[in-house]
Amino acid sequence: MPQLSCRDLTIGYEGKTVVSGLSFDVNAGDYLCIVGENGTGKSTLMKTLLKLMPPMSGRITAEDGLSSNQIGYLPQQTAAQRDFPASVKEVVRSGCLNRCGMRPFYSKPEKRMADENMEKLGIAALAKRCYRELSGGQQQRVLLARALCAARKILLIDEPAAGLDPKAAVEMYSLIKKLNDEGISIVMISHDIAASIKHASHILHIGERYPLFCGTVSEYQQSDIGRKYAGLGES
Amino acid sequence: MEIMDKLALYFQFPFVRYAMVAGILIALCSSLLGVTLVLKRFSFIGDGLSHVAFGATAAAVALNLTNNIFLVLPVTIICAILLLRAGQNAKIRGDASIAMISVGALAVGYLIMNIFSKSSNLSGDVCATLFGSTSILTLTRASVWLCAGLSMAVITVFLLFYHKIFAVTFDEDFATATGTKAKTYNLLLAAVIAVIIVLAMNLVGALLVSALVVFPALSAMRVLKSFKAVTICSVLVSVSCAALGILISILAGTPVGATILAVNIAGFGIFSLIGLAARSG
Ligand SMILES: Nc1ncnc2c1ncn2[C@@H]1O[C@H](COP(=O)(O)OP(=O)(O)O)[C@@H](O)[C@H]1O
Ligand SMILES: [Mg+2]
Repeated sequence: MPQLSCRDLTIGYEGKTVVSGLSFDVNAGDYLCIVGENGTGKSTLMKTLLKLMPPMSGRITAEDGLSSNQIGYLPQQTAAQRDFPASVKEVVRSGCLNRCGMRPFYSKPEKRMADENMEKLGIAALAKRCYRELSGGQQQRVLLARALCAARKILLIDEPAAGLDPKAAVEMYSLIKKLNDEGISIVMISHDIAASIKHASHILHIGERYPLFCGTVSEYQQSDIGRKYAGLGES
Repeated sequence: MEIMDKLALYFQFPFVRYAMVAGILIALCSSLLGVTLVLKRFSFIGDGLSHVAFGATAAAVALNLTNNIFLVLPVTIICAILLLRAGQNAKIRGDASIAMISVGALAVGYLIMNIFSKSSNLSGDVCATLFGSTSILTLTRASVWLCAGLSMAVITVFLLFYHKIFAVTFDEDFATATGTKAKTYNLLLAAVIAVIIVLAMNLVGALLVSALVVFPALSAMRVLKSFKAVTICSVLVSVSCAALGILISILAGTPVGATILAVNIAGFGIFSLIGLAARSG
């Protein structure tokens, strides 16, 4: 049974459809890349999958045992947290919150896991720094470390490379690939088609109002649309 | 020495001691949620609620209630939850509904006071409810106990839900997406804020309440960088400013609320300077 499955999903805001006719599965260990032009509804789809907003119609089913406290989420950078006084350590640890239940404080293993994830992402030295004073790339790593603390089975990532310089973007993608190799399913939004093809196992290409393609990477490379866009990516 | 003697004399009166204890407790819990209030754009709600609390107090005066908190507190909590709901509803603009409720409550409250008050000094009464007055010095033992109980409740809730409050304030979407019941915690926050506002109104009056809540947090945020440090620092700032303000107002005979806020403003100035120095140095 797939971890996450969508059937005939229509998504949008307040009666305005953004995309309809979405049907796809995410199986354990998959790496699904969602690609498409700006404003086609990729972030909207991710928010719907995360139950931050209701679907307009259709069904999203999760595997038994996949509840939202086993999901990690790396949001698209927003300005909302800009003034917040928070240290890197506090932000990363807050990812463990969904393991606490009603317990008011973090346990030792949870704190250790937060430390390990900071280590893994190379931000251990920043632990005491203020989140809002970091560079875009560093902030993105902090948010990914937080997402890792929350993710036990699946990680949803919205444009991890936005605002990063090319080198940091490559590092970010290989980090995510490493996490996938360790067994966590990935659903990632990206408009870097070349990188998506290189790392992902499946591609969902969303066009204006309708999905244009959904399948494995090799099928995508053979399809008309895949050849067209992948060619663009390489040139 | 003269000042010390004068203080020692004053502190022989129980009502002065009560005022000091209640003032410190109120300052302590009002500062706890300052950061959340500033950053979650709850400060508007705070302001609106203090006006609601004013209206409810006026109604309590009209009804001749002996202890008006039993009317004011439930009304304010209900309005807090309504305002929060309105803020989340994208169709009615949150700000507009807050303005409607708060200014409406202010007008109705003043009207009620005018119609029903038997007091010969009406404008004095209105002024006292809005800006606080000597009311803190007329606290009875019972109301100090009530203050203490409510403060303990606020502090307990804050400690129990500290990490959840952090997560929901820092990034509500992430918290919701990963299984934290952000909506429930928002309701809890709204209720706690209502309690704090009703408490703090006793100290500084309806119009100055949100300043009492927000100033210590703003001061601490000028200098410190982590949520924990900012929270601890704003508690210390708030308690010292309140203690100092009460002492000054006793000695100089100035209005309590305005004096405490003046001390808070001075504190904010000092912290801003330290922050500037730290950034340039
Ligand atoms: N909060 C919102 N309310 C109404 N419409 C929105 C909102 N957010 C995004 N949209 C609209 O939904 C469409 C898809 O947006 P989005 O999912 O952010 O695109 P993408 O992530 O693919 O760039 C856009 O046309 C955008 O204008
Ligand atoms: Mg987007």
